[in-house]
Amino acid sequence: MGCGTSIAVENQTHPSETDGSIRQPSPALTIKAAILIQRWYRRYVAHLEMRRRYTWNIFQSIEYAGEQDQLQLSSFFSFMLDNFTHMNGNGPDLISHLLDSVVDPLTEEVRQLKYEQIVVPESYCGPRLSFPLSVTDTNALLSAFKEEQTLHGKYVLQLLYETKKFLKQMPNIIYLSTSYAKEITICGDLHGRLDDLLLIFYKNGLPSAENPYIFNGDFVDRGKKSTEIIIILFAFLLLYPDHMHLNRGNHEDHIMNLRYGFTREVMQKYKTHGREMLQLLQDVFSLLPLATVIDNKVLIVHGGISDKIDLDFLSTVERHKVKSALRLPKRSVDHLNVHANIRSSSRQSGRSRLDSPCSSGRTSRASRRRKKHITKQGSCSSSSSSSSSSSSVCSPRVSSRNTSRRPPPSPSLPSPTDVLQVPFLDSFVSLEPPEPPRDELERQQVVDILWSDPKNQSGCSPNSFRGGGCYFGPDVTQALLQKHGLCLLIRSHECKQEGYELCHNGQVITIFSASNYYEEGSNRGAYVKLGPELVPRFFQYQVSRSTRKLTLHQRVCVAEGSALRALKEKLYAHRSDLMAAFQQYDIDNTGRISTSEWAQVVESVLRLDLPWRTLRPRLARLGADGNVEYESCFEDISPGEPIPPVTPNLAETLYRYRTDLEIIFNIIDKDHSGQISIEEFRQTWKLFSSHLGVAVNDQTIDDMARSIDFNKDGSIDFNEFLEAFRVVHKLVIKEQQQG
Amino acid sequence: MADKYSADTIITETQKRISNAFDVFDHESNKTVDVREIGTIIRSLGCFPSEADLHDIIAELEEEEPTGFVRYEKFLPTMTKILLERKFRPITEDLLLQAFEVLDQQKKGHLEPEELTKYLTQEGEPFTQEEMDEMLSAAVDPDKNVILYKDFFH
Repeated sequence: MGCGTSIAVENQTHPSETDGSIRQPSPALTIKAAILIQRWYRRYVAHLEMRRRYTWNIFQSIEYAGEQDQLQLSSFFSFMLDNFTHMNGNGPDLISHLLDSVVDPLTEEVRQLKYEQIVVPESYCGPRLSFPLSVTDTNALLSAFKEEQTLHGKYVLQLLYETKKFLKQMPNIIYLSTSYAKEITICGDLHGRLDDLLLIFYKNGLPSAENPYIFNGDFVDRGKKSTEIIIILFAFLLLYPDHMHLNRGNHEDHIMNLRYGFTREVMQKYKTHGREMLQLLQDVFSLLPLATVIDNKVLIVHGGISDKIDLDFLSTVERHKVKSALRLPKRSVDHLNVHANIRSSSRQSGRSRLDSPCSSGRTSRASRRRKKHITKQGSCSSSSSSSSSSSSVCSPRVSSRNTSRRPPPSPSLPSPTDVLQVPFLDSFVSLEPPEPPRDELERQQVVDILWSDPKNQSGCSPNSFRGGGCYFGPDVTQALLQKHGLCLLIRSHECKQEGYELCHNGQVITIFSASNYYEEGSNRGAYVKLGPELVPRFFQYQVSRSTRKLTLHQRVCVAEGSALRALKEKLYAHRSDLMAAFQQYDIDNTGRISTSEWAQVVESVLRLDLPWRTLRPRLARLGADGNVEYESCFEDISPGEPIPPVTPNLAETLYRYRTDLEIIFNIIDKDHSGQISIEEFRQTWKLFSSHLGVAVNDQTIDDMARSIDFNKDGSIDFNEFLEAFRVVHKLVIKEQQQG
Repeated sequence: MADKYSADTIITETQKRISNAFDVFDHESNKTVDVREIGTIIRSLGCFPSEADLHDIIAELEEEEPTGFVRYEKFLPTMTKILLERKFRPITEDLLLQAFEVLDQQKKGHLEPEELTKYLTQEGEPFTQEEMDEMLSAAVDPDKNVILYKDFFH
């Protein structure tokens, strides 16, 4: 392209300045060229920023939706527990150990002796801890974990036991002072990311008397090194009890751990002692302090606050009683026998969220508010057992934080399908005395502290996005800080792109320490330091796997790709519901509907509050007439090769609940062999599907079970079974093939 | 069924696009966005305004007493007008290539990082250091350490 043309074209925007001089474009022309490039580049960056932003929204929506799904799992556990006698005499042992506060049959001395007597083989070359711990021990642990070694189960048990003893003496709220140290460092969520913890220690130094730390909860789940993280944190806790402080997070909760990976990690790494460790951890987690206060001025809690929080009341709460935010019935074998004759079956817990209109048959069952008693024969039963709490994670939630698109279903009378036709003991829960109001208030305080999020709107409302805790506005913050003479609230719980964020006029700091939380390059991690002047200083970092720095474009692409794949899997998992809804709009059966209609369907079925119209080009194709070819949004995904012969509908259901089933199987598989008996499989699946309201007849289950049992020895390798219900992203495969 | 190409439909579709883009940045779900994100939203809808253009638009959109937030009710009509009138048209690849060529005074066929930096941080509507660094990280050929601008275009 010659310069003559160049100048002539430039005439569009301004009169030509020169007569085609090649060597020296006029200053005005240079300026014009520069502006052009700048305009173009800024538009390019804005486009990337839009993609980055909706990628973020996707990850966050799916994450929070997953947390809400937790309700389903816990309500299923209640359900299973209610029906456990049907489980072939595996009975109370099946799940109750997860739910009961097991009264420790061993005395302290006996337990301590028991651990001491565990033999560590000579061949073990990892750290050997000796209590009380010394710096040698913590250094040994850090080196070992950097080398990817695993600490022997004996030491883990001893460590957990010592930690439990230690935490028992701690109050709910710990008061600290900056006067003895230069600065206190506060870290947020780590979620099993050992690299981030090591990076923090590298940048900021190890905990010590001169270098105190507060870790603000969520040490475990999601990441792969949760065990290593808590070992390190607890070790430092015992070593420097006055300079190392841990607050409880909402993931320090054994029910959450079942779903988000910590339980699985422990079981996999510690086949012999894992179960006992998890038992201990239940107690340890519930004994973690709830809050820290610095200089009587700065309050640090994991989630946030509500308009009900009162620090004086909070300090009297029996925190160890709140084992999990997900409320489940307390039970023991005794109750069983005593109340064997009671016919009524009411459920204390198992509240659930509003269901999408499309989930097959679940609506009636799950939408009941459990204040009413559901009886088999329709006869009335005795005492009420349930009390509702708006801050409990189990409370029925408004469908989305945006608008209530559907009114909450009114409590309905039980329909015949709600009651399983199995001859078994009815639940004895109804005989539980109602939780006294004080217990209820205590629980509410704890859940609010662990689950709430700040919002910019005034007031305090139930946190429908999460299903627990509250949204609290700047007025709530102001009120609480004023009430207790505080000036700052530091909390974590939410991932932030820069690792930290201020809100409520600088009165609230969110600090998040797991970098690349959603995906490589998705966000930075950060920690904050406070000195005697209480002026926060922020430090950011990002763990990076690649040595070459990725450009903004590359980072966005990687994160976006991952988010879109997750979204496509969601579409796939709800294919039949989506197709049914699409077809309702497509009366003439053209295979196409308008973008609006497509967006509406997807939003209502998936119940994810995302910018669907903006996302459409990445998910579905347009036809020649500008309408959406709705089947194209399933094109990229195909099922793996399912081993058992199942109908597409069943495959879809199995795919959708893969995670839940995996958790359940792992619990049933007491000896961690990876195998469960066919009978156990049948029972579990039957209960699960009736709980979900999925109609699967016995024959199908039997066929499925038998076909999975390859060597016909009566047991199923459930990992293989679940593997079959993975999906494959065709585009990714193509990319990989193209190299 | 309505004619899909009627003026009304076009306006509605346009407005839905605007609403969608706005929602991405509406963190509180209360139909407001931070005024600093307006530029990003407008650009992501396909427009190429200059900084000066944005200045004018924002002045229009802000409240009498600036709150730092822009409300959707104000944004929608302004943005609809911009899109329907096709203001701030895209910069074609041809034009962009020519712009690079203008800056490439010695007609080398490429630009040195220092050259580009000088122009873009001193002329026109100057880049911040961060913008410049980011652009260089994407644009500079790592082997030759120059900006082979012709390669950006087909």
